[in-house]
Amino acid sequence: MSEVVKKFLYLNRKAPYGTIYAWESLEVVLIGAAFDQEVRLLFVDDGVYQLVKGQDTRGIGMKNFSPTYRTLGDYEVKSVYVDQASLEARGLTQDDLVAIAWEDWETEEEIENIVEVVDAARVSELMDESDVIFSF
Amino acid sequence: MSILHTVNKTPFERNSLDSCLKFASPGASVLMIEDGVYAAMTGTEAEARVQAALGTVSIYALGPDLKARGIGEDRLIEGIQVVDYAGFVDLATQNDKVQAWL
Repeated sequence: MSEVVKKFLYLNRKAPYGTIYAWESLEVVLIGAAFDQEVRLLFVDDGVYQLVKGQDTRGIGMKNFSPTYRTLGDYEVKSVYVDQASLEARGLTQDDLVAIAWEDWETEEEIENIVEVVDAARVSELMDESDVIFSF
Repeated sequence: MSILHTVNKTPFERNSLDSCLKFASPGASVLMIEDGVYAAMTGTEAEARVQAALGTVSIYALGPDLKARGIGEDRLIEGIQVVDYAGFVDLATQNDKVQAWL
């Protein structure tokens, strides 16, 4: 594999189902996982709705892709960040969001939930630290 | 001449809901569909505007869209009525016309 590891940030700002952005972002994350880069996901604005648990799309005839978020830990994603102010504006707390577990197959290091609620300063920092930002 | 207003965007992404509530006449019906149903939740920055509108218009939210987005009926603003697709059709036929706030 390539020796150069870049920091990829996927910045998600759209609610699921109403538009195709959330689903497309997830597709790109899963494809990108094959390239051994450092991948981080950031959810701000309406993007925080993507992680809300208890989604049931049977009534609208669309694929429910929300269970896929819980498997991201298996796709080399070790960092998932959610903007605190975006949650608060929408009457949500971390309890409303899915938990994403992560495990290192070689060292057996485990993290129960990699979803981290962060403030605006940390969001700016995450963007500054990244080599590449994918916007959805 | 009654109007059914539909809103399909979140109140955080667009001003569709605000325009709808601003121009809907007293007694009109407002149906939240697709991403519009997020405005039916309690505790949001839009709640006060929705609460105020409930005094003059009837507000409905489409059940299947609530379920798809993980919004339990226990999280809805009191006074908002949940309808299914048949209820959507009833609202459309009970009113003279439909205005979609896209």
